[in-house]
Amino acid sequence: MNRSLRPLAATAVIFALAYAASILQFPGMFSTRVLGNFLTDNAFLGITAVGMTFVIISGGIDLSVGAVIGFTGVLVAVLIGWFGLHPLVAFAIALVVAAAFGAAMGAAIHYLEVPPFIVTLAGMFLARGTASVITQDSIPVTHEFYSKVTSTYWLMPGGGRLSLIGALMVLVFIVGALVAHRTRFGSNVYALGGNAVSAALMGVPVARTTILIYTLSATLSGLAGIVFSLYTSAGYPLAAVGVELDAIGAVVIGGTLLTGGYGFIAGTFIGVMLQGLVQTYIIFDGTLSSWWTKIVIGGLLFVFIVLQRLVFSASSSRSKVFWKLKHE
Amino acid sequence: MKMKKFTPLINPQSIALVVVLLVNWILFPGFFNVTWQDGRLFGSLIDVLNRGVPVAILAIGMSAVIATKGVDLSVGAVMAISGAVAATLVTDGYPAYLAVLAALAVGIVCGVWNGVLVAFLEIQPIIATLVLMVAGRGIAQLITAGSIVTFADPLLIFIGTGSFAGLPMPVVIAIVLLILSVLLVRSSAVGLFIESVGVNRAAASLAGIRSGLLLVAVYGFSGFCAAISGLIVAGDIKGADANNAGLWLELDAILAVVIGGTSLLGGRFSIAMSVLGAIIIQAMNTGILVSGFPPEFNLVVKAGVIILIFTMQSPLATRLIEMRKTQRAVARKAS
Repeated sequence: MNRSLRPLAATAVIFALAYAASILQFPGMFSTRVLGNFLTDNAFLGITAVGMTFVIISGGIDLSVGAVIGFTGVLVAVLIGWFGLHPLVAFAIALVVAAAFGAAMGAAIHYLEVPPFIVTLAGMFLARGTASVITQDSIPVTHEFYSKVTSTYWLMPGGGRLSLIGALMVLVFIVGALVAHRTRFGSNVYALGGNAVSAALMGVPVARTTILIYTLSATLSGLAGIVFSLYTSAGYPLAAVGVELDAIGAVVIGGTLLTGGYGFIAGTFIGVMLQGLVQTYIIFDGTLSSWWTKIVIGGLLFVFIVLQRLVFSASSSRSKVFWKLKHE
Repeated sequence: MKMKKFTPLINPQSIALVVVLLVNWILFPGFFNVTWQDGRLFGSLIDVLNRGVPVAILAIGMSAVIATKGVDLSVGAVMAISGAVAATLVTDGYPAYLAVLAALAVGIVCGVWNGVLVAFLEIQPIIATLVLMVAGRGIAQLITAGSIVTFADPLLIFIGTGSFAGLPMPVVIAIVLLILSVLLVRSSAVGLFIESVGVNRAAASLAGIRSGLLLVAVYGFSGFCAAISGLIVAGDIKGADANNAGLWLELDAILAVVIGGTSLLGGRFSIAMSVLGAIIIQAMNTGILVSGFPPEFNLVVKAGVIILIFTMQSPLATRLIEMRKTQRAVARKAS
């Protein structure tokens, strides 16, 4: 087997083992109903995680995704509820705003040479703050389009429901994987994460790629915000607090290397599913409290990080820093 | 360097603090009023200091961590854990001093865990501490069994709300910790060791510094500071809230350190300036509150300040300034 596919295989095997163990204990978990709920409940997280995978492969990080989800949700709710726009128009506006926001962050990272960590932290404050300034309450969305979308689903064999937003997440993952592995932009992202200086010397358009990466991440977060607003039928400025950590966790568990240059979109999908599995298991068990989710996910993160170290310790002798200097 | 020697108090941070305080004064005329009541000082200025303490104490530990080219994202969760430990022990009938010691010990253990991951497993700091940031809040909730543990222990409440020599107790604790840590890093070689590890760990190790042990100690110190902060916050509300204690304070602490002029790339740090950064942040928060703006403006203003600072500090700005300088010099020569 290709050596570079090993972390992905490890993640897949761990997921399969964990799922099998859960099924042995609760046979009810082996159904398309549970699978359908997996996809629907984690749709916004999955869509965000695809963008985060690109960012992390490029050697960066995006802390603003949760705030962008909250902001987009509020924006969509305000546009529909207060200005009476059609949801589709509101969605388009929200996506454009999110994309511009991401482009600005990418430009700041490249041209001001500020670590992505800090730029996206400022972005997080800005998006969350702006959403809170617009409203502090949850704005309900009551539009027939919303009820139509949320009641649309495809009945899977076995009685499971594949909702529209669940299907959208799967679609985003497929497109994301194609972009990462089959386009020039995807190769540029990998090159940038491997070594920004070498990439620039090889002719990778560093400025354009950096800006595009953060635009992509913010746009997908905006899409996730729309999905979240469809999922909850409301816009709330404090929605999706801490989703950035869940998304980073999913990416890491999926085998993407945090130093950049290496990773798989498909792995992130398994990472999201594994987090969903932990939550579903805790709900099925009934006696475990919800805080076990955090502890288990923290433990999983730890295991996968150590695993990564062991797999890659041979390949690099020098210690890597998180934020890379562009001009060393 | 010459400027620094003669005018140590005139730097961008102090000027920023004065500007923020003056703006507060314009927005709220009674801002500088300080009164003496019931044996302690009261007023907005004292309030700024008192409310700024949790972040200021976190910033003390965070400065050292950032100086080693690291970052500690787990401090907020460690605050929750230490508060939970102290509150649970006290309500279980253990003496308060034991609860305080246990909380501090737990904080150090959390920090040492981070340090071991960073120093010996060589995981990037942001990720190593992310593990405890995610799991830590769960652990805190496990300790408090998911509820807010309230207590009526006089010692713990004194730590959060008492007063000493007219100043609120948290401020006194912060000042003592600040003096002790500055003495520790600047009157011994420890500060230099920390900076050398931040500049180049491999070179520092070759020069004979036990970088692994030093990193563990630095992260342990950060955990210790977080535990003190957690005790203060728990004492202040007379309870341990595992969900909200110290939530997002890690970001404020990093921001305070950055505003204080410590580079995120490691290699140099000033603990006192980081504390000043924390006070600037709190002065902005308090200013927004007392002047009647909705507190939601806080985040927007904070984002604006970060953007401003980094635009000014960025190499692009430096290059522009240097370019103008050389242009001027050339023009002068030509004329």
